[in-house]
Amino acid sequence: MSKGSNKPPVLVVVQLTGGCDFMNTLVPYNNSIYYDNRPKVSIPQDKVIPLNNELGWHPEMGAFKNLFDQGDVAVIQGIGYPDASRSHFRAMDVWHTCEPHEISTKGWLGQSIQELDQNGENPLTGVNFGRGLPRAMVKTGVPVTSVGDLDSYGLMTNIERQRDQTLEFFKDMYSQAIGTGPVMDYLSQTATDVMKGADVIKQAPEMYESKVEYGDDPIGKSLRDVARVHLADLGTRIFYTQHGGYDHHANENPSLPKLLGQMSRAVSDFQQDLRDHNEGDNVMMLIFTEFGRRIKDNGSGTDHGSGGGAYLVGNSVNGGFYGEYPSIHPSDWLNGEDMKHNVDFRGVYSTVLDQWMGIDPVNIVHGNFEQLDPFIK
Amino acid sequence: MSDNQIELIAHLMRRAGFGASREELTYLAEKGYSSVVSDLVSPTNDINVDEDLLLRYYGGEAHRSHTGKWVYRMLNNPNPLIEKVALFWHHIFATGITKVENPYACATQIETFRNFGMGKFDTLLLNLSKDPAMIFWLDNNENRTGEPNENYGRELLELFSMGVGNYTEFDLKECARAFTGWTFTQPLPRYPVGDWPSFFEFRSDAHDHGEKQFLGHVGNFNGEDIIEIIAKQPATALFLARHMYNFFVADEPQVPAWPHTPCQDPDALDELVKSYFASGGNIASMLETLFNSDFFKKSQGKKIKSPTELMLGILKLSGTYKFPEPGMNNYWSATDVMGQEIFNPPTVEGWHTGKEWIDGGTLNERINFATTEVSNLNNPGIKFILHRITSNKQTMSPVEVVDQILDLSGAMVVGESTKATLMECAEEGGDFEMDNPNELAEINDRIIQILQLAVASREYQFA
Repeated sequence: MSKGSNKPPVLVVVQLTGGCDFMNTLVPYNNSIYYDNRPKVSIPQDKVIPLNNELGWHPEMGAFKNLFDQGDVAVIQGIGYPDASRSHFRAMDVWHTCEPHEISTKGWLGQSIQELDQNGENPLTGVNFGRGLPRAMVKTGVPVTSVGDLDSYGLMTNIERQRDQTLEFFKDMYSQAIGTGPVMDYLSQTATDVMKGADVIKQAPEMYESKVEYGDDPIGKSLRDVARVHLADLGTRIFYTQHGGYDHHANENPSLPKLLGQMSRAVSDFQQDLRDHNEGDNVMMLIFTEFGRRIKDNGSGTDHGSGGGAYLVGNSVNGGFYGEYPSIHPSDWLNGEDMKHNVDFRGVYSTVLDQWMGIDPVNIVHGNFEQLDPFIK
Repeated sequence: MSDNQIELIAHLMRRAGFGASREELTYLAEKGYSSVVSDLVSPTNDINVDEDLLLRYYGGEAHRSHTGKWVYRMLNNPNPLIEKVALFWHHIFATGITKVENPYACATQIETFRNFGMGKFDTLLLNLSKDPAMIFWLDNNENRTGEPNENYGRELLELFSMGVGNYTEFDLKECARAFTGWTFTQPLPRYPVGDWPSFFEFRSDAHDHGEKQFLGHVGNFNGEDIIEIIAKQPATALFLARHMYNFFVADEPQVPAWPHTPCQDPDALDELVKSYFASGGNIASMLETLFNSDFFKKSQGKKIKSPTELMLGILKLSGTYKFPEPGMNNYWSATDVMGQEIFNPPTVEGWHTGKEWIDGGTLNERINFATTEVSNLNNPGIKFILHRITSNKQTMSPVEVVDQILDLSGAMVVGESTKATLMECAEEGGDFEMDNPNELAEINDRIIQILQLAVASREYQFA
């Protein structure tokens, strides 16, 4: 549970979509094996931001490095699961549902939201920023709010004339019992939740005041939206957002720095914003990606691999390294080309659910997995 | 022409196609229901469109551009059943671009569905088994003698033909063995000159030529033999019938529940199964049986529209993109946010359908998409509705206007309570005085408002 705060703990999940290259994020810059196997797609030794004699941050991760230096970042090295899938979707699906062997449509956060709000009273208990709901947030019957654009969120926001009146009629139309069964009722309930959520959430931008200027990029915009809704105190316990574009099979050298720079700055701005509002203690962020990349580069980028990294960020996090940096010695390569994982992601979820959110993780992650100890007690 | 007939034809065109304009409905109703059905199931009249022109507007290498071309065809193919059936198979033989990562190959697969989707089921399965996108999607390129990869063999039986419970794990292994060596030729790199096709290749050296036992049959089977056996199974006919029922007639539970949840209308499945065997496994014959059946005619409103159906229905109503023109690109991703990214089903199991299309996010997107499109006075279909109503040049009562709006929107049917709300909305400004040119702008606004509510209604979420 969060330290020194009476407020309920809040989780912000950031998904780096596409498979972020862990080796070029946290770089083994004194290891010749790294440079030998990445002749074209490596970070030059003199460019990395050194952390110690072995590892350094990607040069664009300066803001993230500062957070790390303040002790607010737990780096989980070599996270994954056995027989990891290299398909984006399948891999993402496994991360979303904790079901590596079968297809499931029950998301780990959807189930958590249900635990937090058992009667589905507040449709804002779980809020996703981005259009389309990630499977992690889905569980049938659990209302979750998915916001494409916070400033224009809601029903019929694009109608210019007579919108309020039309919405009143709409409400009327959906509140009538049609009496043709459960699907009609479900439609009514869903629309009612959307309206309820939209009515409440639209207050957020009006209430928000901040000195922080977020970057003008998708992740900066999304995390600013998270901040605006969180600071409006609408009862949201789980936020979700994505930062896309990490599938760098090609042109990794120009594309990855841009993405990591945006992500690093956005996370740092978000933390600053929380602190400025004295809200740093009860919010914790989990950043993950569906897989790491291969150890060897392909001449222009890197292909789907395994053994990536994840990060926990926040005031309450006991910063430092967790797990071990996967060995990149060729004799240790998984399938002759990948990094091995040594921390099961379900153990990290269990840690977050059990120790941070106060939710029993066993049924959600489907078993008992070894937890970490990443929070300040 | 009775309203019933128009409504029935509208129902047929929503299910066998993607909806129809009021003008089309009049024309089709004059032709007669059963003759419309027989035209639909005789797919001779493919779209008359200049491929080069389509390429010019919706060309490109990303899968989005293929979505664009397909959406264009869905809208404009004079025989929309060809596209609807292709979508049906895309739901079942669900192949995802995220793994295949070759948009051209994925589009070619849909072309196969378009070409073979209404023929004999065994022919379709054979073409599917030789389809490079499918082979890669389910790893059959790694299925070699001595080191079989069972992925394709498993899904062929479980999801593409018979359904679980109708074969043993042993049958499955033998099935996979029969498909060893079924792979594809490596396409040339896309850059610099564009996509190159990949072709099916049978590698005899990777094929397991030994004896196999499959569903009680013994022989040195190859993939063709397996498909021949599969196509004769009653379980196959029944599984296919249930898929058809679920897609064209009424929402069933999700596929994994089928073994232990009976179909809501077993008699309907019986009819379809009979048609399967009577026609030698012909898909078009089954569809003809289906569309002419009473269970189909009585199934209005028993299905939630898929995002593709919702979007296409609205585009039919707005009357846009009857010719290739710029701007349609914006629609390529409209269905994604409603929960259906064409070319990217979430898993090999396909999309979860029916009620599961709907959550807070997707319902919001559906309603906003529909209301935005009908609010655009420049859309030809909307112009047409406004013109038809206002050109009456006489005073119309609110109920007359509401009825005409529903009728002109493709014979839309709403329940009593929804109708009551539409009436309330219409009555706000009293009678509609079309003969007064000063009121025209306001009357247009009032008509649009009623239209917005109609397409935002619960009923509109149903096909």
